[in-house]
Order: sequence, then structure tokens, then C-alpha cells
Amino acid sequence: MKTATTGALSNGRYWIAHNSGVLTAVVLFVAMFTLYISNHSAGLTPAVATTAANKAVLLALVAMAQTLPVLTRGLDLSVGMVFVMANCIASVIVVGTVGEGMLGIVAVLLIGALAGFINGAIVVWGRLQPIITTLATGAVYYGISLFVRPGPGGDVQSDIADLLTGQLFNTVPAALVVLLVVVLVVWIPYRRSVLGRAAYAVGSNEQAAYMSGVPVQKAKLLAYTLAGVLASVAGLMLTFNTYSGEASAPIAGTYTLNSIAAVVIGGTSLFGGWGSAIGSIFGAFVLRTIEDLLFVFDLPPLWQPLFQGVVLLLAVSLGAFRILRVRNRLELFS
Amino acid sequence: MFSLGVFSLAWMSALLDRKPYLELKQISKRYGGVAALTGVDFSVYPGEIQAVLGENGAGKSTLIKIASGVTDPTEGEVLIEGRPVRFRNPTEAMRAGVVCVFQELSLLPEMTVADNLSIVDPPKWLGMINAQGQRERARALLKRVGCEDVHPLELVRDLPLSRRQMVEIAKALGRNPRILILDEATSALTADDVERVYGIIRDLKKSGVGILYVSHRMREIEALADTATVFRNGRKIETFTKGERSVDAIIEMMIGREVTHQYPPKPEPSADRPVALAAANLAWGREIQDVSFNLKKGEIVGLGGLDGQGQRELLLALFGVLKGVTGTVAIDGKPIKLDGPRKAMHAPLPMALIPEDRKTEGLMLPMSVRDNMTLAALPRLAGRFGVDAEKENAAVQVMVDRLRVKTPDLLAPVSALSGGNQQKVVLAKWLMTAPGIILLNDPTRGIDVGTKQEIYRLMRELANQGAAILFYSTDYAELIGCCDRVLVVYDGKIRRELAGEALNERNLLQSALNIDASERAA
Repeated sequence: MKTATTGALSNGRYWIAHNSGVLTAVVLFVAMFTLYISNHSAGLTPAVATTAANKAVLLALVAMAQTLPVLTRGLDLSVGMVFVMANCIASVIVVGTVGEGMLGIVAVLLIGALAGFINGAIVVWGRLQPIITTLATGAVYYGISLFVRPGPGGDVQSDIADLLTGQLFNTVPAALVVLLVVVLVVWIPYRRSVLGRAAYAVGSNEQAAYMSGVPVQKAKLLAYTLAGVLASVAGLMLTFNTYSGEASAPIAGTYTLNSIAAVVIGGTSLFGGWGSAIGSIFGAFVLRTIEDLLFVFDLPPLWQPLFQGVVLLLAVSLGAFRILRVRNRLELFS
Repeated sequence: MFSLGVFSLAWMSALLDRKPYLELKQISKRYGGVAALTGVDFSVYPGEIQAVLGENGAGKSTLIKIASGVTDPTEGEVLIEGRPVRFRNPTEAMRAGVVCVFQELSLLPEMTVADNLSIVDPPKWLGMINAQGQRERARALLKRVGCEDVHPLELVRDLPLSRRQMVEIAKALGRNPRILILDEATSALTADDVERVYGIIRDLKKSGVGILYVSHRMREIEALADTATVFRNGRKIETFTKGERSVDAIIEMMIGREVTHQYPPKPEPSADRPVALAAANLAWGREIQDVSFNLKKGEIVGLGGLDGQGQRELLLALFGVLKGVTGTVAIDGKPIKLDGPRKAMHAPLPMALIPEDRKTEGLMLPMSVRDNMTLAALPRLAGRFGVDAEKENAAVQVMVDRLRVKTPDLLAPVSALSGGNQQKVVLAKWLMTAPGIILLNDPTRGIDVGTKQEIYRLMRELANQGAAILFYSTDYAELIGCCDRVLVVYDGKIRRELAGEALNERNLLQSALNIDASERAA
């Protein structure tokens, strides 16, 4: 029997097939954002774009953080708490001169990395389930936030803050540039590193990955550690937006849950091994744009959770088409 | 003449001098109380093709796992070029040159072929994976195994099984093995591909690679192997060179064991039993090909053959688990559509399937013995106001007594029971539904001898009460002892039916290996 193959397809066609989830999220976002802008009284001005970007980049970064453990078939329920913890700590140490502020930023990133590493270490060496591990560590990280900042406040280095939340050349929102830099400096090299590849392998089939000699443990450790770093970048950006820190439990919880939603909308499989942080960014943008749309159409903000829920359901049901192809009914439950 | 003599002398002395690349010394492996390997000495030389033969459970897989660093031996040592080594994981074995093509594929389905081929040591540029270089490497390796039709960017999950197996072989070649282990590596290949794999193996041999070849196909072994080693019950029986032993003698070596079980007496065969289940022309992919047979009331029919020839799929198909099965099934003379377990349970003769893996498909481990037993039969025990607790307890107690389930309490979690007793709970669950057709998927695997015998007795008792039983087992002795007839399956087809005197170990093994009588005579 000669097997039918698709060898004639060009590399580009494969690229589209492999990134269909991301592309769907991009199309969805562009459509929604165009609708938003065309109904906005001011249109697409730098100010409108910057306001939208400053809000959206926070969730985009947290969603990127969530993507990494999810790719290894894990979950990180502590991303929102690391985000808030970074915000609280930054509001205390990113102060003074620009130089002192930069040192503070580095310290916050290191603390985020440590928080993520602790998650990874417990998952890898403690062999606990990621979901319960990060639920517990998340509570710890939130507790630390409360110690650091019992009440809202702080006096953040405003030069850095203004630079990173303003506009570049009076047009491009600086927050988007930050996001782009994170993608170029963290995500792309990670995606193309051996350990990044290993993360996908582990999520795809951990046993086969082990049998193939893939560094399973290192891959998981790095995924959780980088998740901590990305969540703390988001925490820093929140600090620069508000010039202060606040140990807010609702913010921590909402960001954690919305990060999972963004990951799914962006085409990443919660079963691991498939997806991309780029998709999660656009998943986050989609979620944020829902809020803006409700605003320009003068709908009460009370509707927002309902609409977010509907969009999430639509996105998830795209993935349910696989049921039509199943040959062995048992596969539906595995 | 002279020069030829010198040549062969040099060749002889090279043979005598040569040292094994891989050597196992007095290797034993025990899993719990069960010995999988006992005191095995084994070696593989550079440039030889060695076949490993043995029945299901003879210890071949364990041997391979130890050689390739998947598992540690309980006793004994592994040597590479005479130096003792201890592989902690497959990576270390690969670094030492021992590369295995596993039977259960080690490819990552959600990744591209190129990614899979360079999963450990991808070509890099500035510390990052060089996608271009990786694609080229993939193209070269795919060309080497004759799979130019596979695009490097295709996802492995989209490839047909035969191509996946070739990719798996390409992946192993990419690691520059000194010892290549092929574990049933040709089972899913097309005839063209098998020839190509033979070619690759012979080339590797010429370049000094030692090949360890596990296969159930005698013909392949005759075509390829220089030497062969037979295993039985975890012991090495003999290593011999090609041509030293006849196929008959080899089969003798593979069987040669005493019968240890007591089986309940079989009734006289009778022709006038009504047919309980009639299957005609069943087909499902490669796994089931044009299968037709009858199952009569009061009869135990065995499914024989090597592991993984489609027996499990056949049972799943009859129980309605597989989608897209073609052919017809009639139960008690009435045609029925295979549409899921619930439909099968409510067929004219209720069906029951005892699954192969009781832990994942049979039991709810944290739930109690009682809840597990009544799960499938709850509607029968329900009154107007839900499940009647008294009726339920009474029914469960009857089963516990009948099957002699050893449990501290009806409400104890099933996870607290021993393997044999867990299996009894699974059986009890399905007996509660009063099935007329019972499908058994290797029900005695991994349980103790005492419980096995109780299960054999129970099967015969049920058959005598009129149930029709289809019984898949990987243990030939069990098939012979329990069954009225055995259908031997090879490559998705029923190759032979054995009954009465013809139902013996020699015939079973020969049909399982798909060697027919004419071929042996030749």
C-alpha cells in the first residue's frame, strides 16, 4: 500500500496549519478591535491606543506566563499572586533615582524567578500536582504581598514609570514595545531552545519524551521559573501604571483565571504540548477588547463577564471538532 | 587459493579475538515477587545480527529495557566494551551507543517530524535551534530510510502508523548507534518498507553495528539473523548460530514448560447448541480484517495469537467501543448495531466486557467494593425511590460469597484489595448484569495462581449455565486448559481454528507465528 502524503505542501502551508490557533485569535482580535475603534468617538489616536495597550499588556504578560506551565501539561494558579506580589514589592523598592529604580527592577525580576522556581521545584522533586502546588504557593505569595504592603500606597520612580507607560515618538505605546521586547528576548529564544522544545515534548507525551532522552525535569523547572519571571514583568508594568502597589486579592484571582482563558482562546491546549505564548497574547487582547466594546456601545459593565464567558465557550468549542474524527470512543475520555 | 586461505584465516582470528560491545552478566530482574529475568548472561558483538526469541512474557522486553537503560537490573551487571556501566536513564544508554527502537512508539505526536528527529541534539545557531538545519537533517535521515514522501514539517500525529515506524527508525539512526535494538520494529510496516529496513540493517551490520532483533516472525529471523537466543520464563535457554537449529527445534525450546494449572473439565462438544453471537466480515482499519465467527451458548471460545494482533480491538468492536466498524453482528439471531457499551449491555443477550486494565477501565479505585460491584447493574436494583439499599447490600453479599472476594468490608475502597480480588470485583460487577455473552480481555494477567484457578472454574460454571464466553488470553496454557475452541489471530485475521486434539501448544504457537504446515515441511 502506498500511503497518501502531503509532501507537496510548502513549508508555508505547514506553518499556517501549525499556527491556526494563533491566527484565529489574531483574526478575532483584529475584528473586535476594528469594531471598537470605528465606534470610538476619537478614532485610533495615540492616546486611545496607549490606554488600551497599558491595560491589555498586563493580562498579555500574565497569560504568557501561564502558557509555559500549560505547555508542559501543568497549570500555574499562582501567576496572579506573583503578579500582585511583584507589584507590591516593586512599589517599595523601585524608588529613588533612575539607577536605584533599575536595580529595584532587577531585584523584582529575580524574586519572580525565585517564586516560579519554587513552584517548579515542588512539582518536579516533590512530585505534587501543579494545580494544588500553585494553589498553595499562590496563597503564600499573596501573604507576602500583604506583609510588604498592608495598605495600598507607594512612591514609584516616576521617570521609568512614565517612560514605560507613555508613547515612543509620541505615537507608539511604550507598553507594546515592552511586550515586543519580552517576546523577542524571552519567548522566541525559549521556543527555539532545547529546553523549550523539551517543554513541548513533555506536554505531548511525557513517557515518550523520557524514553527519547529529553531533559524532562529541567524543562519543567525552567517553564515554571520563566512563568514567575513573566508574571513579575507584568507586576512591574502594573506598578508603572498606578505608581503604587496594592495587595488586592480580587486582582490576583481575576488575573489567574483570565490568564487561563486567554491561553485557551489563543489556541494552546490545556492537555499540553500544543500552542504558543503569541496566541496567549492575542487571547488576552481579545478578552480586554470585550470590555472596551461594551464601553463604546454603552452597555452596562455588568454584561462583561457574560460576554467573556460566551467568547471563551466559542473559542473552546473550536477545539471540540476533533470528536468528529475519533475512531475509538475511549479516546474521548483520555 | 592461497590468498583465499590467508583471508579466511585472518577472518577467523578476527572472529576469535572480537569482544562483545554489550555484555550482560548474571542479570536478574524481579518486579515485586515476580521474577521477569533470572541469571541471564547475554552479549552482542559488533557487526552481528542477533535475534531474540521467546513467547509472550518470556523476558525479552525486560532484557531490552535493561540494555537500553529504561530499568535497572535487580542483580548482575551491564558491560560496554568490557567496562561495567550503570545506565540511569535511556539518555545514558544512548550516549554509550545503545539505541533502541521501541515497540510502543517513542515519537511525540504533537511535534513535527523534524523536531522529533532532532529531539535531543538539534543543530544550533547562537544557542538556538536552527530550524533550517534541522529540516535538512530530517530530509537526509528520511531519505536514508526511503521516506522522501514525508515532509519534515508534517506532524507525527498526521502520519499513518507505518510511516511513524519508519520515522522512529530514522530517529534511531540519527543517534549513530553502536548497538541498535529493534523491538518488533517491523510489525506495522508495509512489505516495501520491510525490505528497506532489511537493507538498512545489513548496511549497519557491514559498518560494524551490532543489531539486536526482536521479532515474532520466523521468516524475518531466518532472512536476517546470524545468531539467535531463545528465552523462556525469564531464563536464557540457548544461543545458536544460523542453521544450527530447525524451526521445530526452536519452537520446542520456546514452549518446553510444565503445565502448572488445574483446569475444570470440559463438556463433550455438541453441535446443536444455539448460536449466541454471529459476527460476519467485521473490519476496522488494519487491526481487524474480515473477521467472521460464531459463538454458541454454553461455549468458551478462546482468542489466541501473539500479543497485539487485533484481539483486543475485536473485543472492543463487539462491545461497541470502536467507531466505524464494518460488517454485521447478530445476537441471538437478531442483527444489532454496535453503538456503545450501553447498547451492548441491552442487547437481546446482554453483553459484558471485562477490560484488560482493571485499574483504568474496570474499577473506580477510591470507591467501595459495593459501589463498584453495582455500578453497571444499578437500574436493576433501583426501586421507585432510587437504589434500594437493602436489595443492593444483599446482592453484593451474594457476589462476595460466590466469588470469595476477600474484603474487610463491603464499604472498603477497592484500592485496598489485592490484584486478584480487584479482578473478582470487576467480574462481579458484570455478573450482576446477568450477561448472556461475556467478553474477557486477558482477565488473569498479573494475578495469583489461586485466583486464576477460581476464575477458570467460574468461567466454566457460567458456560454450563448457558453463557457464551469469548476469552482472550496471552497465556497459551490457559487457552488450552479453558477453551472449547481457540481462534488464532494473526495480523487482524483469524488464521486458524483449533479444537479437540488439535488444540495444543505446538499448534497454537505455530499458528500464532503464522507458519503453516507446508512451509515447515519444506
